[in-house]
Amino acid sequence: MKRTKNPFVFYSRLNLFELTGITAKNVPELLKHLRSVPDSCIYQHTHHFIQQRQYLSPEPPNDFAYWTSEILGDKYLGEEIASIDIMSLSTIKAIRDALVSTIERALASRPALKQMKAPLGQGFAFLKSVSFAFKTPYIAHTLSEFAAGLKKVTLNSIHYHMFEARLRIGKTTNDFSLWLADQLKLDKLANRIAKLDPYSQTDERLRATILKLIEDELKRTKKKR
Amino acid sequence: MPVLADYEPIVGKDRIEEIKFLASRLEGRSIQHVNSTAVGGGVAEILNRMIPLLKEMGVNTWWDVIKGGEKFFQVTKKIHNTLHGAKDEIDKEQWGVFWETGRQNSADLTCDADISFIHDPQPIALVDQKGARGNKWIWRCHVDVSHAQSAVWDVLRRYIIKYDSAVFSAPAFSKPLPIRQFLIAPSIDPLSEKNVKLPKKTVDEVLKHYGVRSRKPIVTQVSRFDYLKDPIGVIDAFKQVKKYVDCQLILAGGTASDDPEGAEVLQKVRERAADVKDVHILLVPPNDTHINALQQASAVVVQKSLREGFGLTVTEALWKAKPVVASAVGGIPLQIKHKYHGLLCRSVDGAAFAIKQLLQNPDYAEALGKNGREHVRLNYLLTRHLKEYIMLFLSLFYPDDIVYLDSL
Repeated sequence: MKRTKNPFVFYSRLNLFELTGITAKNVPELLKHLRSVPDSCIYQHTHHFIQQRQYLSPEPPNDFAYWTSEILGDKYLGEEIASIDIMSLSTIKAIRDALVSTIERALASRPALKQMKAPLGQGFAFLKSVSFAFKTPYIAHTLSEFAAGLKKVTLNSIHYHMFEARLRIGKTTNDFSLWLADQLKLDKLANRIAKLDPYSQTDERLRATILKLIEDELKRTKKKR
Repeated sequence: MPVLADYEPIVGKDRIEEIKFLASRLEGRSIQHVNSTAVGGGVAEILNRMIPLLKEMGVNTWWDVIKGGEKFFQVTKKIHNTLHGAKDEIDKEQWGVFWETGRQNSADLTCDADISFIHDPQPIALVDQKGARGNKWIWRCHVDVSHAQSAVWDVLRRYIIKYDSAVFSAPAFSKPLPIRQFLIAPSIDPLSEKNVKLPKKTVDEVLKHYGVRSRKPIVTQVSRFDYLKDPIGVIDAFKQVKKYVDCQLILAGGTASDDPEGAEVLQKVRERAADVKDVHILLVPPNDTHINALQQASAVVVQKSLREGFGLTVTEALWKAKPVVASAVGGIPLQIKHKYHGLLCRSVDGAAFAIKQLLQNPDYAEALGKNGREHVRLNYLLTRHLKEYIMLFLSLFYPDDIVYLDSL
């Protein structure tokens, strides 16, 4: 089994929510603020919902979709925002642009949307995250060690390496796939993991799927020997 | 008093390890909590449980309580009410009492910890020590100030902006401020008497104590008798439900002998319920086990408030995996995403429809209840609160959005 000198270090992170004081009461205000809020706000509202509600998968909507659908009451726009393929977008800017263009199109085609207002006290409050990232004790030099670490780390760690990494490194891949390809030369396995859509399953389900792919790879390696 | 290890079976060992790790990063820092009462009220309840847990992890922390005379607490009660939106005025003399007591407390109480964590408006003036000490200051607002009287808020604001950070319980409660503001929701303690799983025998005994039979499904609202909790609206909703489902209603609240308005509301509730079958209006003494049992015995828990702070009675019901129908006010929409963790309503008719839906679809009600419990487990238990307070303390020393700490 291949062993690398550059081990995979499992990180984790915890978030604290910071209030920005920016609130939208209707769709035009949401659009205006979406154009200018910090990147961390966009990330917060398209990803936190997923992590906070791990047990509700598949496909929980993002915060914008939930608000337009359930608070403003426009299911159509809510569905359009929920359907944005975040998996195909590798940067916060791309996610922001997709949100903006979806809402712009909706406002152009259905001007009545401009009249919809959130009930008092239920405006969309933009939050951002302050992230505290840290190394976990789990380190892998081999594929077996990687599987062992993956079994033990928290869901926060999986979220960090699968979701945040894509946006941190600006590629449509993740930390796991990068290391498997670069260090263990397991390109096929790396590609299989990179193709998984983490947005449409819980992190726990995602962990099980990745572990299954690794176990299959380990079995294949064993057979070859 | 529970220790951290007691929470492991509920939230998982990994989460407890993460909290311990974060706490270890506070080594060498001291934290002083200050509020206005050592007993009674939600703030004291939380601090009573949280401070021993912080100490268990080696954090150098303590808790002080300010002093004040009757006049001072009359003013602070008025401040509290006006921050909640009550139309009242605080005159110059009353503000004089407030600030003079603040100055006296500042002279008597040394705030020289690395972090002074000040809870609510009563001790707000202590921040005047900041210049001399050069330490960090946090103001924790436990009040829903979304409808605050601006005359009162503006006076307090002059002090709030002297702090390094402010903390609010819900996004809607925050105000434009030139300092950092954080969102930290309150929490419930799953190991407290109010929230532990009770044996069926105890639940039955409590029902018997109040003369409630368990053969018909029970719909319950636990709240003091206050117009803002809309107990009359609950009875009206129940009347609509009762046409289709043979059920019973419990309105359980504290005694109202010291509250003239409470007595008036209770009287009106009794009048409205007079000709409605199967309504139980219960004056429950401060007894956490009784409240717990009534919630556990319920088929549906209602919180039809017109205004609400965070709504911890909703959190308690969700934690007991009860299907909940609640108004979309205050912190309730944070706890209930409509049709995910419970049902939100905005009117008597809406509440009636939702209660009916849950009573007639027990599988759906059970699914919502399970989701609700899991939502609370992940987001509204004491351990999450503890973790976020530690991150809040750390944030004072790291201004960036991403902070890299050493190894776990």
